[in-house]
Amino acid sequence: MAQFLQFAFSGITVGAIYGLVALGFTLIYNASEVVNFAQGEFVMLGGMTTVFLTLLGVPLPFAAAAAVVIAVVVGLALHRFAIETARGASPVILIIITIGASIFLRGLAQVVFDKRFHSLPPLFGSEPIRIAEASILPQSLAVLAGACVVVVLLGAFTERTLFGKALIATAANRLAALLVGIDTRRIVGFSFAVSAAIGALAGILITPIALTSYDVGTLLALKGFAAAMLGGIGSAVGAIVGGLIVGLMEAFAAGYVSSAYKDAVAFLVILGVLLARPQGVFGKAKPERV
Amino acid sequence: MKPSQVSFGAAGAVALMLIAAPAAAAEVKIGAVLSVTGPASFLGDPEKRTLEMYVEDINAKGGVNGNKLKLIVYDDGGDANNARTFATRLIEEDDVFAMVGGTSTGSTLAMIPAFEEAHTPFISLAGAIQIIDPVRKWVFKTPHTDRMACEKIFADLNRRHLTTIAMISGTDGFGKSMRDQCVAVAPKAGITIAHEESYGPRDSDMTPQLTNIKSTPGVQAVVNPGFSQGPAIVTRNYRQLGIALPFYQSHGVASKEYIDLAGAAAEGVRLPAAALLVADKLNPSDPQKPIVTNYARAYRDKTGKAVSTFGGHAYDGLMILVQAMQRAGALDKAKVRDEIEKTKGYIGTGGVVNMTPTDHMGLDLTAFRMLEIKNGDWTLVVESGS
Repeated sequence: MAQFLQFAFSGITVGAIYGLVALGFTLIYNASEVVNFAQGEFVMLGGMTTVFLTLLGVPLPFAAAAAVVIAVVVGLALHRFAIETARGASPVILIIITIGASIFLRGLAQVVFDKRFHSLPPLFGSEPIRIAEASILPQSLAVLAGACVVVVLLGAFTERTLFGKALIATAANRLAALLVGIDTRRIVGFSFAVSAAIGALAGILITPIALTSYDVGTLLALKGFAAAMLGGIGSAVGAIVGGLIVGLMEAFAAGYVSSAYKDAVAFLVILGVLLARPQGVFGKAKPERV
Repeated sequence: MKPSQVSFGAAGAVALMLIAAPAAAAEVKIGAVLSVTGPASFLGDPEKRTLEMYVEDINAKGGVNGNKLKLIVYDDGGDANNARTFATRLIEEDDVFAMVGGTSTGSTLAMIPAFEEAHTPFISLAGAIQIIDPVRKWVFKTPHTDRMACEKIFADLNRRHLTTIAMISGTDGFGKSMRDQCVAVAPKAGITIAHEESYGPRDSDMTPQLTNIKSTPGVQAVVNPGFSQGPAIVTRNYRQLGIALPFYQSHGVASKEYIDLAGAAAEGVRLPAAALLVADKLNPSDPQKPIVTNYARAYRDKTGKAVSTFGGHAYDGLMILVQAMQRAGALDKAKVRDEIEKTKGYIGTGGVVNMTPTDHMGLDLTAFRMLEIKNGDWTLVVESGS
């Protein structure tokens, strides 16, 4: 039982990060039908920028806040210079553009930062909390709390504010939203900014546990994408749930089956979802008019 | 000018150039394919800085037998395929005389065929025993082998009367190789391996694997073959799970970066490493003390960073090559290779080197010291009895 619990703790910690990355994917996809494969780079930027600002002497809270702001700026720049300029192109081309952007950001990170691994001090100390013979780090709880706060805030924003409702409208039907006078370009730009902020926050929270370096984004983006597909690429709740499921599956696979195949889990999930239920757990099958 | 004057002037200029040319000494090209970036960067970066530092130093003192050295460094990023491509470029385009490089086991093994075929001496900076066993004519290495690391750890376990261990290994070239060596050497040392786990080089959480180890009955100590940040994460997870058993790392983490990344969790971890890390704590009568102290100081002065054993391996590789070139007297690859093989009594950062035609590394177990991490620093473990 203690083993099961320990695997579960490990799974939900990493699952919360996958969930936040998946949430970023979902937001941008909802607003623009683009799958932004540079999402992982936002997580990397959050962690690395915070580390380097603290190395320059900036106190941790300010460094973290500045890192989020910088990630948002990068997200907006990505939208303005990469996505907007190719506005008329098909979604496939836009996806490839985001892959190119992720490679660019990774290269930039190597030059601006460095190529080594870095850590941050944990928020609440490094003494693990013992629960029924298993232990969980306080930082893992911080990651989970962060994910919950993000989901709640996002939900409140979309339900309670006009701009939030415009976001939902654009996601539901872009043409209709344009027709009622919603500036869909601003909505898409906004979704990039929020995705970048969420990614950066995830990066800052996970670095004390999983370390950060210039290329953590690649694998994270792939696993986050698997999580988003599993949950249903249009659904925010699905993104978080998908992330937790992928994280738990990875941890149980590593613990009960073999640690060598841990990374394969996410890819098997993508294959399974695409073959069996492409709309994911929470997505609705889209009917097409013939 | 009249045409005859022009041609006379041209002939004169050519004649002058021909007379002037032989006066310039030959430039000896030394190739270095290192993993300066990527997962092996905390090995490759000190190696690059060390090679650059000492090539500059040697050139300032007049070069080798009057020839200046030219160092050509390529960064393989930790990818064995890139390493192979760069090896071919060094041989075919840059026409190097010898190579000191190959940061990781994976990249070294990929490059060996190229240098063997080109009859070019290759001194590797990587750990696995396969690099020199079977012995290949043109390939040598300076770091201690993974088998020696296993033997040193098992000797320490014997001293502490511990017989049953669990292993958690990285799936990278070095981790796998060392794991295989430990499995091979364990019966002779009277050690039983009760459980094994592994992790990928980019994994960020090893608590599932360590949980399995924790719940295996009878385990008295844990050994973690691997390098780069994986062992740091394993160490943090180890403390998180509250595993109180003795924990051994390999010389793949013999660098301050490991202590920085693992933090307080590294307290009490033991590992076999070169004397370089404890230069200031060595006995004054230790033959290695002057060399390691000088190198550590020079490295710190030049780069501002703490010394690393990987930089030390590069230093040894370069010095062994240079001394062989000095003894050979001529810029002949075969002669220099023979001289490298005849290296005897070379006191380096890794130990005292005595090579033979069947031993292209030349170190024995005394070259390894057992270290323990206390208060974020390396300390020597007393090796008699205990």
